[in-house]
Amino acid sequence: MLPENPTSEQYLAYAIDLATRGASAFAAATDDDALEDARIQFLGDKRGELLVLQKGLGMLSPDARRDGGRAFNEAKTTLNAALDEKRTALRSATSSGPRIDLTMPARERWRGGKHPVTLVIDEIVEIFRELGFTVALGPESESEWYNFGSLNFPPDHPAMDLHDTFYLADGALLRTHTSPVQVRTLQKYPPPIRILAPGTVFRRDPFDASHAPAFAQIEGLAVDEGISFVDLKATLTLFARRFFGGNRRMRFRPSYFPFTEPSAEMDMECVLCNGVGCSACKGTGWMEILGSGMVHPSVLEAAGIDSERYTGWAFGMGPGRIAMLRYGLPDIRLLYDSDVRFLAQVAE
Amino acid sequence: MNASVSWLNAFSDSPRSAVELRDLLTAHTATVEELIALRADLSAIVIGKVVEEAPHPDSDHLHITKVDMGTGELLDVVCGAPNVTAGKFYPFAPTGTTLPGGLTIQKRKIRGHTSNGMLCSARELGLGEEQDGIMELDVNVAPGTPFLSALDVGDTKLVVDVLPNRPDLLSHLGLAREIAAVTGSDINLPDIGVGHIAIPEPKRFRRAGNAGGIVLHLEDARLATRYMGAVIRGVTVGASPQWLVDRLGAVGSRSINNVVDATNYVLHELGQPVHAFDLTSVDPEPKMPEKTIVVRSAKDGETLVTLDGVTRKLTSDMTVIADSVNPIALAGVMGGKDTEVGETTTDIFVEVATFDAPRTRRTRRAAGLSTDASYRFERGVDVALAPRALHRVTSLIMALAGGAVEHAPVDLYAGDVPHTPVVLRSSRVARVLGIPLEAARIAHLLKRIGCSADVEDGNAAIHVIAPTWRRDLVGEVDLIEEVARLHGYDELPDTIRPYRPGTSHDAPLWTQSARLRDALSGAGLFEARPTPFVAGGDEHVRVLNPLAENEAHLRRSLLESLARRAEFNLSHMQGNVRLYEIGSAFEKGADALPEETVRVALLVMGDRDPAHFTNAKPAQIDAWDAKGFAELVARIVAPGQAVLAPSEPGGDVLWNIVIGGETLGHVSRVSLDAPVWASPAFGVELIIGSMPNGDIAPPGEHAHGEPTTTTPRVVPPYRPLPVTPASEFDLALLVPDSVRAADVERAIRSAAGDLLERLVAFDVYEGAGVEPGHRSVAWRLTLRHPERTLRDKEIEGRRAKILTALQGELNVRQRST
Repeated sequence: MLPENPTSEQYLAYAIDLATRGASAFAAATDDDALEDARIQFLGDKRGELLVLQKGLGMLSPDARRDGGRAFNEAKTTLNAALDEKRTALRSATSSGPRIDLTMPARERWRGGKHPVTLVIDEIVEIFRELGFTVALGPESESEWYNFGSLNFPPDHPAMDLHDTFYLADGALLRTHTSPVQVRTLQKYPPPIRILAPGTVFRRDPFDASHAPAFAQIEGLAVDEGISFVDLKATLTLFARRFFGGNRRMRFRPSYFPFTEPSAEMDMECVLCNGVGCSACKGTGWMEILGSGMVHPSVLEAAGIDSERYTGWAFGMGPGRIAMLRYGLPDIRLLYDSDVRFLAQVAE
Repeated sequence: MNASVSWLNAFSDSPRSAVELRDLLTAHTATVEELIALRADLSAIVIGKVVEEAPHPDSDHLHITKVDMGTGELLDVVCGAPNVTAGKFYPFAPTGTTLPGGLTIQKRKIRGHTSNGMLCSARELGLGEEQDGIMELDVNVAPGTPFLSALDVGDTKLVVDVLPNRPDLLSHLGLAREIAAVTGSDINLPDIGVGHIAIPEPKRFRRAGNAGGIVLHLEDARLATRYMGAVIRGVTVGASPQWLVDRLGAVGSRSINNVVDATNYVLHELGQPVHAFDLTSVDPEPKMPEKTIVVRSAKDGETLVTLDGVTRKLTSDMTVIADSVNPIALAGVMGGKDTEVGETTTDIFVEVATFDAPRTRRTRRAAGLSTDASYRFERGVDVALAPRALHRVTSLIMALAGGAVEHAPVDLYAGDVPHTPVVLRSSRVARVLGIPLEAARIAHLLKRIGCSADVEDGNAAIHVIAPTWRRDLVGEVDLIEEVARLHGYDELPDTIRPYRPGTSHDAPLWTQSARLRDALSGAGLFEARPTPFVAGGDEHVRVLNPLAENEAHLRRSLLESLARRAEFNLSHMQGNVRLYEIGSAFEKGADALPEETVRVALLVMGDRDPAHFTNAKPAQIDAWDAKGFAELVARIVAPGQAVLAPSEPGGDVLWNIVIGGETLGHVSRVSLDAPVWASPAFGVELIIGSMPNGDIAPPGEHAHGEPTTTTPRVVPPYRPLPVTPASEFDLALLVPDSVRAADVERAIRSAAGDLLERLVAFDVYEGAGVEPGHRSVAWRLTLRHPERTLRDKEIEGRRAKILTALQGELNVRQRST
């Protein structure tokens, strides 16, 4: 209790004591009723202990009133703060009528993202990087020699029918594959060569559900002494298992590309039917993943490399096709329309 | 290439299933893309067993039967066939089945008895004409087994993807040869029941010869390596027998008449295109004593009506077969309408030629007409095949249509070119394939595909001569490929072996592109990959053979593409478009090739932030956002070197991005074909590098220089963090409209000296209270001395000095409040 006519010291000590007891009482309240009882005891309008303290101020000597007033205000602030804190705590602990609906959505920022084809390319590059491959780039506008001649395409041959070409001028065209980067790299850097060459290539096909006049391709090339078909098979099998996961069965079957010999196409057990046969794999149980082969000696010679001393292997694949497979896209145009709804859907 | 399984099996003593053939060919030779069951219309028919049979009480020819179709319950079936017998198997069509004739079987009552399906006759299944009852099957299978799998009916078509290097596979003979090579078996030509027909031996000439009432001329040996012909007189043109109709049908060829079918049969069987002319219509008014046939180049202006009824204008690029006056066939492509073999034909001229491959390709392209024949000639037909094919086709025609070859056929041919052996080193096989193979094993494999292969030099080398039908085997590596695929790609190991790192490093443009993609994706933009084709105009590089006029040019700027993509999104009611691209743009170059540069570009429009309940109407993206994106991009491309220089007012370009004194990009307003609700669009484009497309070195040479080294990344050095307090004050300046913020900034910086740590313009105000022709710009200055606390007096001194300088240099005054 506050003594009648307290001394300055008594008043100050009591103010601190009151604030301490009140704050503890508020903190100890376990529900709204207990808190209300404590509030009436300390902050009640009629008989609250703080009211008594306020009245006691009048009994201090004029000299002591300044310090006493400050002590009173501190006690009042402490008590009110403790009460508010407990009220908030009790409110958030119970579900009854929250004032802030925390289920409201966050303030978002615009999300952006890389193109799904880029994501596929990046993933391919990451895997091959672990096997010592670096990235090389080449022009999309190419000379006929780099695109065809240096790659052992016989002039005016049916092999050209598979490369319906956009021409820009006599001897100048839009590259039909990323393989010209093979020759450019071989001319520029001495073996050993281990590169990947991602890029856009062009075929004179109008847009439809499965064709685009411009699409992505990624090329790989390894040239050194002692490189063999075993290295080709080993590296590409390792890659495919890493990329597609698990112990999927792979197979290599004969194929033809003018710039590789022996040539091989790599198939993977169909990811949709696991090799049973479905409409996606035309009932064969296999899906074509990439084309590959041992670099044809004439390609090495075209780049001024001794084809007796050096051998190499190369592959090419379509990241767009893989993206379609991966996301289940029914139409290749989704990749090129740049519809922001689609890009937002696939953004990682 | 379409192949029939039963036709392929006719070459061999040990028939194989369609699936076996598919797997063998795919693994070793050429990919079989699809198996097509040719009698898919019978797929619902099952084997039914008649368990009970009793006469129908109300009919003298109907039977009531109970049929087991493997479902576990017996079905009541009423059958009208006299031969239905309990205990026997028949093809059974359950209810719901549609028969080849179009009849759908339904559950129905026949004279008071329910019938649940139908026991079928051969005719009802489209398998023959006999009508003496239902088809009794001599099978021992479970009831319910699909009819097609229980019986050898319904051929299967293999769709084989034959690649351009293997024209020898474009026939049943070629595929059968491969199957035999892979399995180590033998083949014989199918027995087609013609027996032995005596035909005079062909006579060899170089340029001209008489085949019996018609003289053949080969004007230029470059048009055809070989030209053979025979005259058959007295044929009766009519329908083909069913086996021939079926064989041709299996490979998708329609039966026409016995003579034409015989030529098509030989094409599909041997891969040798053959054409039959109606001899009477050839050279009806000869200029020479006898009819003439000439192989020659067409003359510009000549015309020919081909078998398909189209009148074709000929050019000198094409090879034709002509009589003494007119072209009568497009050589190696299609015959002429006037000399077509028809019902009234009695005498025919049969042509078996080896037309030149590139020349046929030009003829076919000039005519815009591809046929089974041109497809094979373009890829190369075995020159040794002609005499064999001529014998086969004349025998078959005579067997089917009668007639006789009275005169020796003509063979215009300069003779075989001797093959030079290719030397195959077994050491080279080991180097390329990665595993050693015995020379004997290599020779054995090559012999299986018809090569002669002699092991010489103590097992080190094999001298190989390829068969005439494998003109693709010209080099050592061609033979190595044969060895690899016959040995089996699957037989080679796939274990990783040691390797050396390469001498090249990542292309700097690739590294930079990756950084840009990370930054722009992180800043809320989506990457686009549009095509570079634009409508364009005279300033653009033109595509000689565009797909459409509105995409006939290559873009000069990435924003041209991004603008079209933004419009695409607007047309789908998407107004928040934030796209970027890293790609190439093209300018006309000094020679045939354009100048190619790699750029980064972005286009932004719409809400600056996503709507939120605290911000229901977000502000629109404006030019300052675009400037910020430009600075983001420039920081990555040229750290610390790029300046955003305001452009001349009036145009769409707002700022030029200047790096090292050169304008390499810009920030601009982008005009779009946009709906009224769309907000303004802004673009940024910056050249990040050139993409040279010239020769690295001349063909056959390299330009290997010293190994390239990378330069380490240059970073700004560390500056000690301040230990003294800073002082801040604001200046509200009245700036005449003619003075730019950059001028004010420069004046402040120069007057404030080293003490100025930071300078920010944080408010701009125009309007009431500001003199006309002026704007009020508020700047916040942060001053700091590195070693001690600045005194109020010093700060006041600087402030006065700055104001004096501004007043003096730019007529900029402090705004009186």
